[in-house]
Amino acid sequence: MKQGLVSLLVGLSLSASLALAQNHNVVAIKDAHVVTVSGEELSKATVVMRNGLITEVGASASIPADAWVIDGSGLTVYPGFIDAMSTWGIPSPTGARGGAGATAAATAAAAPAEPRARGPEDRPQTYSYERAADLVTPADTRLEVARAAGFTSAATYPTRGIFHGLGAMIDLAGERGRDMVIVQPIGQEIAFREGGFGRTGFPGSLMGNISYVRQLFLDLDQYQQAKQIYASNPTGNRRPEYDHALEGLAESPRLLLPAEETQQIERMLHFAPELKKPFLLYGLHEGYDRIDLLKQASIPVLVSLKWPEKPKDGDPSEVSSMRDLTMREKAPSVPGLLAKAGVRFAFYSDGVESAADLKKDLKKAVDAGLSRADAIRALTLNAAEIYGVADRMGSVEKGKIANLVVMKGEAFEDKTTVEYVFVDGQEFHPSKDLQQGPTPGGGRRPGMPSDEELQ
Amino acid sequence: MKNRIWFLVASLAFSLNAETILIRNATVMTVTKGTMQNGSVLIENGKISAIGKNINAPADATVVDASGKFLIPGIIDCHSHTAVEGGVNEGTVSDSSMVDIRDVLNPSDINIYRALAGGLTVSNVLHGSANAIGGQTVVIKLRWGKTAQEMIFEGATPGIKFALGENPKRQGYPAQGFGATGPAPERRYPGTRMGVEEVIRQSFLEAKAYQAEWKLYNEKVAKGEHAIPPRKDLRLEPLVEVLEGKRYVHAHCYRSDEILMLIRVADEMGFKIRTFQHVLEGYKVAKEIAAHGAGASTFSDWWSYKIEAYDASPYNAALMTKKGVVVSLNSDSDELQRHLNLEAAKVMRYGGLNENEALAMVTINPAKQLGIDDKVGSIEVGKSADLVLFDKHPLSGFSKPQKVWIDGHEYFDREKDIETRPEFEKKKKALQDKEAAAQPAPGRRRNGSGAAEPTAATPNQGDSK
Repeated sequence: MKQGLVSLLVGLSLSASLALAQNHNVVAIKDAHVVTVSGEELSKATVVMRNGLITEVGASASIPADAWVIDGSGLTVYPGFIDAMSTWGIPSPTGARGGAGATAAATAAAAPAEPRARGPEDRPQTYSYERAADLVTPADTRLEVARAAGFTSAATYPTRGIFHGLGAMIDLAGERGRDMVIVQPIGQEIAFREGGFGRTGFPGSLMGNISYVRQLFLDLDQYQQAKQIYASNPTGNRRPEYDHALEGLAESPRLLLPAEETQQIERMLHFAPELKKPFLLYGLHEGYDRIDLLKQASIPVLVSLKWPEKPKDGDPSEVSSMRDLTMREKAPSVPGLLAKAGVRFAFYSDGVESAADLKKDLKKAVDAGLSRADAIRALTLNAAEIYGVADRMGSVEKGKIANLVVMKGEAFEDKTTVEYVFVDGQEFHPSKDLQQGPTPGGGRRPGMPSDEELQ
Repeated sequence: MKNRIWFLVASLAFSLNAETILIRNATVMTVTKGTMQNGSVLIENGKISAIGKNINAPADATVVDASGKFLIPGIIDCHSHTAVEGGVNEGTVSDSSMVDIRDVLNPSDINIYRALAGGLTVSNVLHGSANAIGGQTVVIKLRWGKTAQEMIFEGATPGIKFALGENPKRQGYPAQGFGATGPAPERRYPGTRMGVEEVIRQSFLEAKAYQAEWKLYNEKVAKGEHAIPPRKDLRLEPLVEVLEGKRYVHAHCYRSDEILMLIRVADEMGFKIRTFQHVLEGYKVAKEIAAHGAGASTFSDWWSYKIEAYDASPYNAALMTKKGVVVSLNSDSDELQRHLNLEAAKVMRYGGLNENEALAMVTINPAKQLGIDDKVGSIEVGKSADLVLFDKHPLSGFSKPQKVWIDGHEYFDREKDIETRPEFEKKKKALQDKEAAAQPAPGRRRNGSGAAEPTAATPNQGDSK
């Protein structure tokens, strides 16, 4: 009775669609190895969760009488992993979205292709105002896969255009989209789209993209200034035109900028300060040659888990350049080098969408010199700190959101399995098939444009 | 401002770290001050500090024995598209003056190193010719191994690309790209030479209105009014700079009529054309080009590759020179830029210019056109030590650059390059083998053969750095 009441109060009612989820309001994992990340590792400790929050952690933590108790001997408890730049929870970038997350914005987004842009004033490929928080839905089948790899949260972003929109930190489970949102907006993802002379109009080149981004932020400056002047002197001044592209930018607490290769890293570090917003770089596969520069810049970076590989269907007699060979060899060493240099970094899934691949790709970084502790930190507390949400997630600590992954064995070992995943205190038990097998649906997100379309 | 300080720091760093070098016993072809047999050139702090027959080597100097070799100033290319990442054209609009090559320089483009190996030290990196008013351009020094920002020629006046004729009136390309059949999905204005002229005139009219709008705003602010500032327009800003003489116009053109057209528009709008590029019919209107004060940057002997490039002549460079135009020969190509010395040699065959005049076409003349002739372009005391040492006469087809210096730093050494090649190939082979071992050949096995695909044995000289 008491349990039922609490459950009602916190609004966590179990739905039939979450077949593998158990709903115990109070859970204690006892005698487990606990990797708290924020503090020391505890060899035989108890973690207590109540109503979606961690209430106690420690060797002497008392187990409440109403708790469902898990015997943690032989198990390791980690904070839930965070994908630091994701699309999880947003099932389709265009087309009919429908379902729980659909909003007016989403309906507008499903409209046919934009007319050919004749310049920055047409605001080409700009969805800066679109909110991930309005688009996420627990119906995204990829959430289950992500949980099977130990992920409980994601900084998720819409994916269209140059300005993708306002991201949200979400939990990877919930009854409705709005249950999943932890914080929003957390940032604005920017990508460069090169369309040649073709269909979409301006901008068609990288330099066009950069000048467009620059122009938009100059416009933002002027817009804010004009709005302010107008607010205090509306009489006799012409009203500034409402511009939702700029409203979206104004709301962005930070910018995510692409920087995969050395010259792109240098370029973005030189360019980004012009935009007068906190920023972080993502990609970083050639970062091994610019570690000192990144350290000096002291900005956080997000490393893509999609390591560069030899093209699968390339001409077998084609010889790769030394640069490409080196990049494929050394990209997984980037996280280890960043950790040694003290550059704050986190990982992002970048389209790797089977649990087995995610595990394999993380292990590559560990094999290439990243310590296990640093790997776990990058997957948890680093990501939370980068987004300024370390006060509520990212470690196994009293008062934080009950996002945990419980493994049999140590993380990054081949034989290790994920036994339990807790998201907002809600328990999941990922199947072995999901943990080891390929993604249902072949790993490609429904409705995702092909690479050719994005070129 | 921050940028400017940064450039100062960078240029200081380049010169301060430079070593003292004495190049001895070379045939020194200064270009501007004649040629000296058995001459020596002393480099200190990145600059040429002495030229003469008998220069004593300072105690800390590295001495380069150049007996039998030829020393010339670093070669300058007034028309290049090397080291541009992500497209050289923003061709989606007929005036793309908001884009800037400076933003997309790729210092790791291997063509920079290959050009160095041909004695090139300075490039005018231009936007393409897809539209009437193209993007902003930048002059770089080929400081291979440095960042994009460090390659920018400090103090060189930035430019903007204009284009006349066939390319800008192409109205954009079909969806499948240049050469595909079928119309462009939505055609871009203009479609005629008249339209090209109108685009340029219209843009300058807008630039003038923009200039006036800001002037008015600044006056209002000075009077203490609460005026709303005009929108800062990245497309019109560079055109205002052109009007104020702070940015050079480099205009791609072929036909004499369009050359005269642009001179008329420039006179009407009140700006100067710094260089006409390609300018294959320049010999017909050389007097008018000289009177406008523009330079001409052309090809040595390349024509008939399109309809507007037929009425051309290899005598073009020589004829324009004789009419008082400052003429340079450019590459417009990643390949041609590696042997511009041989392009220069052709004006001796076609037009009867002398050795100095020929070398000037790829050194001091492009330096004049880019407004950097006080710093580079000849071997003179006080100029930057941008030098090329050839094994044979630089105007001979058998000559090869042996060493190339920029600001007194050695950026290319032929012997060292050759020496490192076996080691490079070994490393590359090791990486290939490692990759092949880790990932069995992904190709389908044919005829039941289980043998893994052999990796191609052809060494790729392509990326020797």
